[in-house]
Amino acid sequence: MTDHIETTSVRLVDCAKTFPDGTRALQPVSLEIAGGETVVLLGPSGCGKTTTLRIIAGLEAPDAGGAVLFGDEDVTAEPIERRNVGMVFQSYALFPNMNVAENIAYGLTVRKTAEAEKRRRVGEMLDMMQIGELAQRRIDQLSGGQRQRVALARAIAVRPRVLLLDEPLTALDALLRERLRVEIDALLRGLGITAVYVTHDQAEAMALGDRIVVMNSGVVAQTGTPREIYYRPADSFVADFIGTINRVRGTVVNGEIRTDGGALPWHGPDTGEIEVLFRPEDVAVVASDRAQLRGRVESIYFLGDRTKVLLSGIGDHPVVVEMTGRDTLSVGTEIGLAVNPDVLLKIS
Amino acid sequence: MRRGLFFYLNLAFTLVVCAFLIVPVVLSVMAGVTENFFHGIRSGVTLRWLVEVWDLYAGTVYLSLAIALACLVCDLLLGVPAAYVLAKKSGRAARMIEETIVLPVAIPGLAIALALIVTYGGIREFRASWLFILVGHVLYTMPFMVRSVLAVLSSFDFRTLEEGAASLGATFWQRFRTIILPNCRTGILAGSLMVVTLSVGEFNLTWMLHTPLTKTLPVGLADSYASMRLEIGSAYTLVFLIMILPLLVALQLYGQPRQPKAKPIDEPDSETAAPGPAAAAARPTT
Repeated sequence: MTDHIETTSVRLVDCAKTFPDGTRALQPVSLEIAGGETVVLLGPSGCGKTTTLRIIAGLEAPDAGGAVLFGDEDVTAEPIERRNVGMVFQSYALFPNMNVAENIAYGLTVRKTAEAEKRRRVGEMLDMMQIGELAQRRIDQLSGGQRQRVALARAIAVRPRVLLLDEPLTALDALLRERLRVEIDALLRGLGITAVYVTHDQAEAMALGDRIVVMNSGVVAQTGTPREIYYRPADSFVADFIGTINRVRGTVVNGEIRTDGGALPWHGPDTGEIEVLFRPEDVAVVASDRAQLRGRVESIYFLGDRTKVLLSGIGDHPVVVEMTGRDTLSVGTEIGLAVNPDVLLKIS
Repeated sequence: MRRGLFFYLNLAFTLVVCAFLIVPVVLSVMAGVTENFFHGIRSGVTLRWLVEVWDLYAGTVYLSLAIALACLVCDLLLGVPAAYVLAKKSGRAARMIEETIVLPVAIPGLAIALALIVTYGGIREFRASWLFILVGHVLYTMPFMVRSVLAVLSSFDFRTLEEGAASLGATFWQRFRTIILPNCRTGILAGSLMVVTLSVGEFNLTWMLHTPLTKTLPVGLADSYASMRLEIGSAYTLVFLIMILPLLVALQLYGQPRQPKAKPIDEPDSETAAPGPAAAAARPTT
């Protein structure tokens, strides 16, 4: 990309959304997105992530008191057509009455850009997205992945201040999703554009986001880099939503947590009842004389690169362990586990 | 493939039904070009009656066409935006307005005409002008335009398309012109053909609303059946058929939902498959 796009920061100040029927889709949210940053809004459906995106876009107005700022400019009262955003929709929203080139040119056409400049820019977009040979195709002649590329090209062609992507990969199959995710990542890095990406897929969020905003029931549960979110979840919702996590309940006695399946070393100041969390990959399967916990193999899922094992007898929930290598286990056997005490998480 | 007895029975039945429907039309057309109906076709074939019909009733043909086109213009200007707004609003009020617009289909034309006369009949210039008939026709045909456009609008996600266009900087009018209207093309076309066809053939309303100076084709037809030779009435029917048949054919061609066909890549035209309303035949009136 030869053209330099000036980056714009985005700021949401106390943006809440109450729908006419009285439902509160979004509690007051404040959010700062630096220029050039890619922020992913992540959460289950109905968590308010799409509403937040639509408020940034200008498709929804925040409740009174909320403000949306692009750089230093307050755009709260501006409708979407005056915000100069680029938006990619889950359904792509490509215009069926126009071919690919006309779709990409649409934003330039309504801006009355000169014909020569328009042609140059459309050509550039077609090259960048590698869809030059599709320029004259009608939309209904395109595959899902091609539509996705056209939608991206169309959104970028107007050199938006902010690029907004609303679950752009949800409608695609897994393999294509993976490939386009890599492409979108390269594209966002290449353009250096401020981008807000909405998804319910945590793998997508981890791969794309400079920062992730995890949302739940209209509230921001946690904001942080993918590593922060994964390794230091702020609450049990985030812990459960991102990846797989084990919960073990026990009592702290003499620097260890005594559980039904054994005892874990614990360096914390706590006493009494405690619940600790740890990731499956942080558990090692060890010989029974070195084991901290012992569990009985309840089920085994062979995933190819690794094997997921569910153990019972350690707490109320089965403990999930991941093993690599070619060793085989059988259901019903007892195995020993060791957990590095530094990775144990306690969430109040 | 061998066809069984059942197939031939079906075929025979279909042909009998077709004949039952078509033979009267053919006879009527023949009567219009026969020298003397009572002596049959042997008395000779002539265009005399057609010429006579034209001399007597050319005005009704022109008036019918003028009203049909004016009616179409009104339906386009009022019906298309109305359908768009109704499709966009989901509330109870919108549904009630939709029902109100569709209501004239269920009410006998005579009753609508009577209501118009009772309400506006006192305005002499209006009562005497062809505009009085036009109002009746617009009321009567509007549902077909609105329904037809509504059907296309519900066949694609026009809200998201509009949001997409807005995100690219298009104002409301730009969106309406470049996204909504082009994608409603099939519905607007089907609705238009229906409106013109219905307006040209409309008799009930028009019969009540017309004055001796504002006779449309179907009213003239009734007039000629009542007071002219049978040959003239039949020739007049022929004129009506010549006018209405191309419209009906066009309705069949463009008014039906179509499967998206694989088209050459560079064809700019795009076809949104749109469910058109079932083609209602124009009613030759008697």
